[in-house]
Amino acid sequence: MSENGYLMAFIAVAAIATFATRVIPFLFFERHTDHPLVQHLGRYLPAAVMALLATVFLQRSANWSADLPGLDALIPGALVVILHLWQRNSLLSIAAGTASYMVIQQTGILGS
Amino acid sequence: MNLSVFRQTLPILFGYLPLGTAFGVLFATQLDYAWWVAPLMGVVIYAGAGQILAVSLLAANAGLVEVFVAMFVLNARHLFYGLSLLGQFRGAGLRKLYLIFGLTDETYSLLTSRPRYQDRRHEQEIDFRITGFNQCYWVIGCALGALLGDNVVFDSTGIEYALVALFIVLTIEQLKALGDSVPMWIGAAAAGIAMLLLPPAHQLIGAIAIVTVALLVQYRRIRTSQAGKEARHV
Repeated sequence: MSENGYLMAFIAVAAIATFATRVIPFLFFERHTDHPLVQHLGRYLPAAVMALLATVFLQRSANWSADLPGLDALIPGALVVILHLWQRNSLLSIAAGTASYMVIQQTGILGS
Repeated sequence: MNLSVFRQTLPILFGYLPLGTAFGVLFATQLDYAWWVAPLMGVVIYAGAGQILAVSLLAANAGLVEVFVAMFVLNARHLFYGLSLLGQFRGAGLRKLYLIFGLTDETYSLLTSRPRYQDRRHEQEIDFRITGFNQCYWVIGCALGALLGDNVVFDSTGIEYALVALFIVLTIEQLKALGDSVPMWIGAAAAGIAMLLLPPAHQLIGAIAIVTVALLVQYRRIRTSQAGKEARHV
């Protein structure tokens, strides 16, 4: 296979594999939309997945070997939670959290 | 309407531009292919971690079967996302294919968290635009990164935290909409367990597997307690 042939085949296979993971629930559960189990999962899964993604990505954005382990990500995270519970303005919460994280990372004030 | 859609997708813009750029830079520095292959991958594959993995697979000249298995396993968490959107996407016609194709972590977050009204066609139209906007940000990021290499002008270190902040905000929104914090604790605990037990590459799918099992157990308990109540009433 030529180099470009390999590249195009590679991209096609990667695209098909990725699309397969997204389309499978629609292929296999489309007829069971009203099943109480599917309804139960559909109702509670988003909240659980969101908390899971927040936890995993929060942990990954933190420096756990700093003098104050994890605070570089946990303080902006706490700011997001407090601001959001108070004002409930998504853009404000996200912008303030991101800006504070950027300041902490770029100045290294938390020893990170 | 487009302005409100754009506002909803702003956090994704701040997350996807730097992450897409990071992928583009990685692509350009690790491989010898033309720069436009990076945005092409953003158009047809459209998966952040998947594309980053693809760079190392390409560099290693991996076999196509291996590529399929690796990409499928890495993206396996998407297998669960559609379950919450089966009804919402029903009857969307050709658009449905694109809605399913574009179901990344971030798009899933927005689509399952935003308020919805009666008119399903209109809601599908908004879902479609959100998905389209998000993918545009990603593709632009991929192209920018591949073109710029590492000559980034402004210090954007840390801007990708926008996605973490987005997930926190959406968790709070889900909590308020559900009025039940149990799923949130299940999700956070599952993430904790997965992070303790698994290497980073398998943590997300591991955590989602734990969450699914926990929700199945919860479902069975609700069912049996309902069945018990009904039995007592007879």
